[in-house]
Amino acid sequence: MKKKWLVHLLAVLLFGLLVACGGGEESGGDNTGSESSNENGTEETAGNGDGEQKRHAFVFKNTGNPYGEKIMEGFETAIDETGGEAILRSPDQPTVEGQIQIIEELIAQQVDSISVSANDYDGLQPVLTKAMNQGIKVLSADSAVNGDSRTVHINQADPEAIGRTLVQAVAEMMENEGQFAILSATSQASNQNLWIEWMETELESEEYADIELVEVAYGDDLRDKSVSETEALLQSYPDLKAIVAPTTVGIAAASKVITDKELQGEVLVTGLGLPSEMAEYISNGVSPWMYLWNPLDVGYLTGNAANALVEEEITGEVGETFEAGELEGEFEVTESDDGVEILLGDPFKFDPDNIDKWKDIY
Amino acid sequence: MLQQLNLEKVSKFREVGLLGFIIILVLVIQLLNPAFLTIGNLRDLLTNTAILSILALGMMLVLITRGIDLSIGATLALSGMITALTVSSVPGLNPILAILLGIVVGCFCGVMLGLLVSKIGILPIIASLGLMNVFRGLTFWTSGGEWVSAYQMPDSFKNIATSSILGINTLVFIAILTFLFFYYFVNTTITGRQIYAVGSNPDSASVSGINQTKILMLVYTMMGGLSGLAGVLWVSKYASAQGDTASGYELTVIAACILGGVSIAGGVGKVTGVLLGALLLGVLSNGLPLINVSPFWQMGIEGAIIMVAVLFNTNIREFIERNNRLRREI
Repeated sequence: MKKKWLVHLLAVLLFGLLVACGGGEESGGDNTGSESSNENGTEETAGNGDGEQKRHAFVFKNTGNPYGEKIMEGFETAIDETGGEAILRSPDQPTVEGQIQIIEELIAQQVDSISVSANDYDGLQPVLTKAMNQGIKVLSADSAVNGDSRTVHINQADPEAIGRTLVQAVAEMMENEGQFAILSATSQASNQNLWIEWMETELESEEYADIELVEVAYGDDLRDKSVSETEALLQSYPDLKAIVAPTTVGIAAASKVITDKELQGEVLVTGLGLPSEMAEYISNGVSPWMYLWNPLDVGYLTGNAANALVEEEITGEVGETFEAGELEGEFEVTESDDGVEILLGDPFKFDPDNIDKWKDIY
Repeated sequence: MLQQLNLEKVSKFREVGLLGFIIILVLVIQLLNPAFLTIGNLRDLLTNTAILSILALGMMLVLITRGIDLSIGATLALSGMITALTVSSVPGLNPILAILLGIVVGCFCGVMLGLLVSKIGILPIIASLGLMNVFRGLTFWTSGGEWVSAYQMPDSFKNIATSSILGINTLVFIAILTFLFFYYFVNTTITGRQIYAVGSNPDSASVSGINQTKILMLVYTMMGGLSGLAGVLWVSKYASAQGDTASGYELTVIAACILGGVSIAGGVGKVTGVLLGALLLGVLSNGLPLINVSPFWQMGIEGAIIMVAVLFNTNIREFIERNNRLRREI
């Protein structure tokens, strides 16, 4: 009996230790917007509640996503430069419910602006409308919400530019002749499908008459499935000359398969990928070059736009312009399919010349 | 005596049936895409199935003791992440030591679950669900949310998955070793038989002097160790460690066991069956993309096949039990 108590005690202690670890994570990782627990944000604001500082919140899709961390890092830099306070929060799973809960809390804290990278296009409308009714400026960044739920959307790059750039890149790699395939994430991912649509539109042009898109495969952003799909593409189309993967997991998985099968130079890979994940394959020639926007800049532009809205430099009318700190040029509010948006610019090209500089950044 | 014969026949029939099903599936895929039965593709298939089969063997033992382990995907991710971080900061580390490190991390996770289940008596599904989140959290915590990418790993580590031993890919080789060990362990050793005894009737097992706590600890620790091993192999194969590595993979592993004839109710399961179950899932995930099945159907087809296998399983079980009852009445 005594022994059993000892075991219980031990178990409790062990869990205590783990919880303590978890706590360390939260306080240590303030700027990474860690974990779902809400102590993080409330503590931060409690200390500064009486100051005149503007408080800008950013809500990303989920924690532990390096891409999201970089967006939030850029956002924080921009807010720090303007002298405001950045509150970075994300749910631990990429769900609408998690984001709604966080936004409710932010409304209660009466922040000045909320920028959100949404897990659902329409799902956040009630809570964001509530925020706007209370005078909080609402922006979406990277992954949009519908036009009625926000003032402006910060778009990394025009979907049209991405689709067309990818086709132009793959055509150049294949010297305008041969078969290529697309390896996407899930078949329902709206941004992926939009890019693929623009790729197909670009392919209709005369100059690509000798290029054939043989298949769009879906790797679901899972390593194992992306690898199986790539292997199937190679088996089914022995003459395949290129794979375009507009997704970070897919492009790395495809490159790994090509590397392992020693098909360097025979099958080329390009698309959208993280520089750190792709550094190896850009250096070994499997992927001559690839694209991505710079998430630091997405966050930085979002931070500046949030500040401009709060300071009433801009109001979200089409045609207004503002400057975004260290980013070059002026940014203009433009009309989009649904509401207004601010475009960061063309996707950024990563090739053997610059990849070493970027691989450590994100 | 008769009863036993009957059971044996049925379970043999089950495996032959599964093998038959795999052969039919292979033929259908081959007819639709002749690229399926080529050496290159079969090699891909086996390599991709190796990790699944290693995990499925461990899960079989857990299921036999009437337990379940939902934390293996998270254990895999944690051990993979810790190993990846270690090799990226100590590039000279011997790959065998890296594998051992992964196994140790996995065993530690397994011991924790084993303690919760065997000493404290928490239901395995609850205990492993809780630990699943704990391990996932630890993975994010150790990595700080960052990924470990291909360029940060030394070639010696990435070669674990691409090299071969005796002409067989190392992953497949390790899976074969694991299979042989399990075949010997559950069929011939006393401990191996005790696992079945605990699962089929815990009360009579403890009456006959089997230390249940010890058996449960052993089973969960082995499962943890295998998940740790799988974690290293996974990270080496895909040359990338993420916080959400293999999330949800535990369900694929459990599916492989159920397809292979392991009963969730405990006490029943064979090593050869589990291997066939894993192989069937391997054929599906390799073959369905080859025959251009719409992505909307792929998951549906996999699910339907699992349902058929489970229905088959319950029907056979009911049939045997009815027969046994009849015999008793006579």
